[in-house]
Amino acid sequence: MKRFRTLTGLAWISPWLLGFACFTMLPLAMGMWYSFTDWTLLEPAIPIGMDNYQRLLGDEVVHIATWNTLLYLVISIPLLTVASIAMAVLLSKPARFQAFWRVAVFAPSVLPLVALATIFKLMYDAELGAMNKGLSYVGIDGPNWFGTEAWAMTAIILMNLWVVGPAMVIYLAALRDVPRDLNEAASLDGVSWWGRLVNVTLPMISPVILFNVIIGFINAAQVFVVPYIMTGGGPNRGTYFWSMYVYDAAFKYGDMGYASTLGVVQFAAILLLTLGLLLVGRRYVYYRGGMT
Amino acid sequence: MIEPGMKPNGPARMVTWLLLALCAAIALFPVLYMAILSMQPAAQAMNADGGLVPGSLADTAANYSAVVNDDAINFPLYFRNTLLIAMLAVAGVVCSSAIAAYGFARVRWRGRQPLFIVMLATMMVPFPVVMVPLFVLFRELDWIGTFLPLWVPAWFGSAFSIFLLRQFYMTIPRELDDAARIDGCGHVGIFLRIILPLSLPALLVVGLLHFMYVWNDFLGPLVFLTHRDQYTLALGLELYMSRLGTTPWNLVMAASTIMVAPVLLLFLFAQRSFLEGISTTGLKG
Repeated sequence: MKRFRTLTGLAWISPWLLGFACFTMLPLAMGMWYSFTDWTLLEPAIPIGMDNYQRLLGDEVVHIATWNTLLYLVISIPLLTVASIAMAVLLSKPARFQAFWRVAVFAPSVLPLVALATIFKLMYDAELGAMNKGLSYVGIDGPNWFGTEAWAMTAIILMNLWVVGPAMVIYLAALRDVPRDLNEAASLDGVSWWGRLVNVTLPMISPVILFNVIIGFINAAQVFVVPYIMTGGGPNRGTYFWSMYVYDAAFKYGDMGYASTLGVVQFAAILLLTLGLLLVGRRYVYYRGGMT
Repeated sequence: MIEPGMKPNGPARMVTWLLLALCAAIALFPVLYMAILSMQPAAQAMNADGGLVPGSLADTAANYSAVVNDDAINFPLYFRNTLLIAMLAVAGVVCSSAIAAYGFARVRWRGRQPLFIVMLATMMVPFPVVMVPLFVLFRELDWIGTFLPLWVPAWFGSAFSIFLLRQFYMTIPRELDDAARIDGCGHVGIFLRIILPLSLPALLVVGLLHFMYVWNDFLGPLVFLTHRDQYTLALGLELYMSRLGTTPWNLVMAASTIMVAPVLLLFLFAQRSFLEGISTTGLKG
């Protein structure tokens, strides 16, 4: 009877199980295997042991892509976290036309990234773009956004602020669940608005912050479309990210073996850093009613 | 001091209002910018002092017809391609995820919990990590240069959709299952007669989210499609813009508008269930 139940369960989830085996596990295993080979698609793969990994360590492009990706992660994730929490707090205040404000702030997040990056490419244009035009109204001489590595990176990170939607909506739901009486009690004790935010609200939503930071990290660690469209990785590879190198190695240089190595290392790095975030995060997260 | 439970006082409310209006304006600016520029004649759009006002109706019509009738880049075809892929993928994701989610929510069996966690973990596998081996796999199957890699995997469900549906199924009272069982229904009967009809709104959200995902996907088509006749809108737009030397910005913005309009309309149309669907993903499973 018990075995029969297990079979029933497996039968129901079999679509996913098959897909998981074919489109996740198999590619991961294949990627592992190819990462130890020299392979250009034209000839059969030749096993070369650790050569690809050795090459990776000394590859200057890997250093640049790693640095850029880390820089991007370290700046954009805190920025996005603060921005999405701030937006959620603002949008949770009772106000007229609340539904409209939420839809307006969320709307850019449903746009195709290709289209959003295209629009921003024009907006950042040093001569025609709205960005510098707007800055000139307040007396600031806007930079040549795609002219230097630092400004190009800034441009990409700033654009992300328009995609706070999903995280913001999750924070909104979490804010709704914060017990009202806690805030009211603190308010009666004369705790200021800021004090209540830092000492009551943020601890109460901390599990959701951890969740969003991890999702945001996994997304940001594979950033591809926006730099591909907006800067092409330039100038001087100043916005060249890890995923772009995986893509180029495979489909531009046809070096499938090395591209697989890059993919395996990216996967391992994301996995380890996610686990690290979880472990560190858990110490700071407050779980209502014990751990889940 | 503001008494708890009371409405905020005048100035605080004004500040909230101003901030909201400012944020909404900033958020919507890129979309409005795109729409306005798509209606300007080239001379105005390519002029730094062209201003943020749309051109005449004739200019607008000229822009859009120039995009639609471009010699090299066939936007109407790309629109149809994208729509076809998206519909095939959405149908697949909805059907298979609905079934798999039942196994995770309603059948009690050993190994359910560990497998559910494995499934959640697969959401963390980034596409760039598997894209090279997937390309090799689909090349073996002779699928490269066809739409197949872009929609067949969807028929095996997506972890995200299964998770969302499973969360929804859990809210359906089990008493309904028991009643159906007394009437002689098995799992299939319960699924078809009780769970499915009650989860139509959730199925809609899952379909909608996946439609947008496919519509917006860039890297998948970039890797798996080879021929220009098979391009999706995302690839077409990139191609269109990358020949910027000859394509003025007003036309690029018109092309962007064509790609953006369907998702934006869908979102406006279903914004309530859409936002609710996303917020459930944040709840603990």
